[in-house]
Amino acid sequence: MSSVADASLSVPGRQRLPLLRALLADPFTGVALVLVAGFLITAIFAPWLAPYSPVKIDVLHKLQPPSVEHWFGTDHLGRDLLSRVIYGARTALTIAMVSVAIAGAIGLMLGLIAGYGPRWLDAILVLSFDSLNSLPMIMFALAIITVLGAGTGTLIIVIAATSFPSYARLIRAQTLALKNSDYILAERLLDASPARIIFIHLLPNVVGPLIILLSMDIPVVIMVEAGLSFLGLGVRPPTPSWGSILYDGYTSIRSAPFMVIFGGLPLVLATLGFTFLGEGLRDYLDPRLQLRRPG
Amino acid sequence: MSGSLAASDLSVRYETPHGAVHALRHVDIEAHPGEVIGIVGESGCGKSTLVTALANLLPANARIDGSISYNGVDLAKLDAHRQRLLRGDEIALVSQDPMTAFNPVLTIGDQLVDFQHHRKDLGRAQKRSRIAAMLGRVGIADAERRMDCYPHELSGGMRQRVAIAAALLTDPGLLIADEPTTALDVTMEAQIIHLMRELRREYNGIIIVVSHHLGVIAELCDRVYVMYAGEVVEGGEVDAIFHDARHPYTQALLACDPARFHEKLERLPTIPGTPPNLTQPPSGCVYAPRCDRAFAPCGSVAPPLVKLSASHVARCHAVTP
Amino acid sequence: MLAYAVKRIGLGLLILVLVMVAMYAAVFLVPGDPATVALGPRATPELKRLLIERMGLDLPVWWQIVEFFRNALTGNLGYDVWSNRPVSTLVMEALPNTLILGLTALAVALLIGVPLGCLSVMRRGTLADAVIGVLSVGVIAVPSFVVAIYSLLLFAVTLRWLPAIGAGETGDIVSQAKALVMPAAAIALGWIGYIARMVRASMMEVMGEPHIRTARSFGLPEWKIVSKYALRIAIIPTISLVAVGLGSILSSAVFVEAVFARPGIGKLITDAVNTRNYPVVMGTVLIMTAIYVSITIAADLLIARLDPRVRDVFRG
Repeated sequence: MSSVADASLSVPGRQRLPLLRALLADPFTGVALVLVAGFLITAIFAPWLAPYSPVKIDVLHKLQPPSVEHWFGTDHLGRDLLSRVIYGARTALTIAMVSVAIAGAIGLMLGLIAGYGPRWLDAILVLSFDSLNSLPMIMFALAIITVLGAGTGTLIIVIAATSFPSYARLIRAQTLALKNSDYILAERLLDASPARIIFIHLLPNVVGPLIILLSMDIPVVIMVEAGLSFLGLGVRPPTPSWGSILYDGYTSIRSAPFMVIFGGLPLVLATLGFTFLGEGLRDYLDPRLQLRRPG
Repeated sequence: MSGSLAASDLSVRYETPHGAVHALRHVDIEAHPGEVIGIVGESGCGKSTLVTALANLLPANARIDGSISYNGVDLAKLDAHRQRLLRGDEIALVSQDPMTAFNPVLTIGDQLVDFQHHRKDLGRAQKRSRIAAMLGRVGIADAERRMDCYPHELSGGMRQRVAIAAALLTDPGLLIADEPTTALDVTMEAQIIHLMRELRREYNGIIIVVSHHLGVIAELCDRVYVMYAGEVVEGGEVDAIFHDARHPYTQALLACDPARFHEKLERLPTIPGTPPNLTQPPSGCVYAPRCDRAFAPCGSVAPPLVKLSASHVARCHAVTP
Repeated sequence: MLAYAVKRIGLGLLILVLVMVAMYAAVFLVPGDPATVALGPRATPELKRLLIERMGLDLPVWWQIVEFFRNALTGNLGYDVWSNRPVSTLVMEALPNTLILGLTALAVALLIGVPLGCLSVMRRGTLADAVIGVLSVGVIAVPSFVVAIYSLLLFAVTLRWLPAIGAGETGDIVSQAKALVMPAAAIALGWIGYIARMVRASMMEVMGEPHIRTARSFGLPEWKIVSKYALRIAIIPTISLVAVGLGSILSSAVFVEAVFARPGIGKLITDAVNTRNYPVVMGTVLIMTAIYVSITIAADLLIARLDPRVRDVFRG
């Protein structure tokens, strides 16, 4: 029942199931977990799963519709689409995980500094987080790409640079709240070193919400990677990416519509899977955190 | 229109993931037009559940047994739509906290116009002039201007007056005031009590006042029901309850009221122990674990309702008429 | 209120300056000169020098920044390196298409999302609520440009109901409207879900507040409690989230414009990024950042207007 329905009763701390069982209890989260696991396995074992090389050009057999040899057909250069989709999972997940991890680390560090450091430093950091946050992200991203040139490295920098401010803000808010809590004050009165307070008390308490936020951003990052690669501003050819497969399909949408269908499907399934899994994690760990935005 | 109210064998339980909470058990109360009824008890004794049930505002996880007959109609059996039509027409509630009782982004006038929505015969201008008149009657000066105020622009005492005015505007047969003075400071409390005493003279419906504050009850009410752990343990005329309390709980409650001490005490008296867990109510008397007069049957046999006089009753093994 | 507005606008201007300074600094710091990168290794030295002069890259970097802002204040954002047309003209030609797209998408999303959120609250705990909840998350998750491509395939290529590309004939409202349907729907879809969820979440919080119980105790019908008493409060946080989210509408617009070859800001800037057309990138970033920052400020001021409690804090 809803929170309103039992508002008259304060139910003391709802019982928690173990994480995996809780996630599997909700059918959508369960399906999402299976999807995400599937994509992770595909990404890790891509070389064994892919029937062909994702970059082997065979112009004689270009734009072949799906067949027994090529389950997803071939692209405009005769490359096996299934193999490119499988390797595309590897590209998408690698970029997503690496850039989110980097952004998370930067955000964690700066957030702790802002929350625990001297007040003037906090003011400067908050102003810069807010400035970065008040930029339209896509403009910021395109500006960075103009300067650095497209490529996998740029993509990771773009994603990390556009997403760390919100992580830093979250960590700062959590740190400030904890810093003024009674038990930290007690520690400080006992002359505990800042390092002890940060690593023993603050860090374990702030990483939980951060991990939820990071997990909820993974589908967004997967989408950004695919989108920029679609525009030709992401990973460089011939690296297989779902976005570039979509672009190749888009250019021959009339003659080979199967290409956009097979290029888009894994992207849709991956973003759905990661989003529902993130929602499940959030509901389990901290239902008050905000929802992700549409892309 | 006003008629009598009678709750008989009324029980309410809340279904929660941790089992049912029996918030109200086998409660019998009655009230007649022109009477002011007091309901008193500690926090969590079920008095709020009782008035919420009377006002048909129980949350979705509440289950009702027994009957609430008002004017010959069983409120507990009405469907949601019929219940809604009674609220704000026949039954009005003055809620607990005047600070949060009004919508913060709508003006007082706007809300009080909406609250008269059952009066289809009145236009907006007529509703507004009724509001102005009623605000004047509850002692708000400059009523026309106050109507265009937002709630946060009024003081707590003034908001409680507005809440009372809102309830009176609907001309209810049953007016329920749930802790009407708890959130106010002492001077405001005195003013609101004064206002309610004045109003009861001109009003001929039923007023039910809920409070954990014995003074408020003594000032306002004709008859009192004392509640403990979801049960009515004693009921009677206000004089009988305050001067001739028979139930050990009522006696203990009165002994703990600081307002009734004649001299300064070293230590304030308290009732030892805590109320029982309402997920598993005791089979005997609910007060037995804390009662200093408990004897053999108290722990296992539910005490009967002993009739002490025409209107004075107590639920206790230890009392005799 | 006025002081607050001045402070917000001042901060907004500061952000604009910081962004442009950062961009210039980045161009300056990154190894390799932009002219060579843009023209390729086989360009003649004369051609390179000409391009460097056109981009103003021969001046000291701080002077470039000062020049940029001085010109920007007079409405001059520099010239397209390749076509030599003024950047301000290019932006002004493209801007209406993007604004119409973004605002239509947002309007559609609000018109459908807010009622869906209210419906969810009124039917909370029922199947309808659950279905709206799951569908909302679903449409939020799907990337808008994939929706765009799929709808292009279905409605333009296969069914031929709607035009595949462009923004419609100039002066022909019907053709422009037809060209707007798919891109706007592709962007709006996710936002319908997002707004429905936000409205539901903040409304559920409001529905637990005591004043809603007061409204109930006066027997107000549920639809009126939801649409007037709860929505008036619940919409306030929604507005600020929508304003902050306009940045992601702009992102979607960039991708969706690429799919439908709609001549908007997105197409302008992606083409410019692809050809390393610095003045166009800088000018477009400046304008779009300025628009975005003004919208967020406007939203904050609107919230202050809507909530009398906040209004008084600023008045007092």
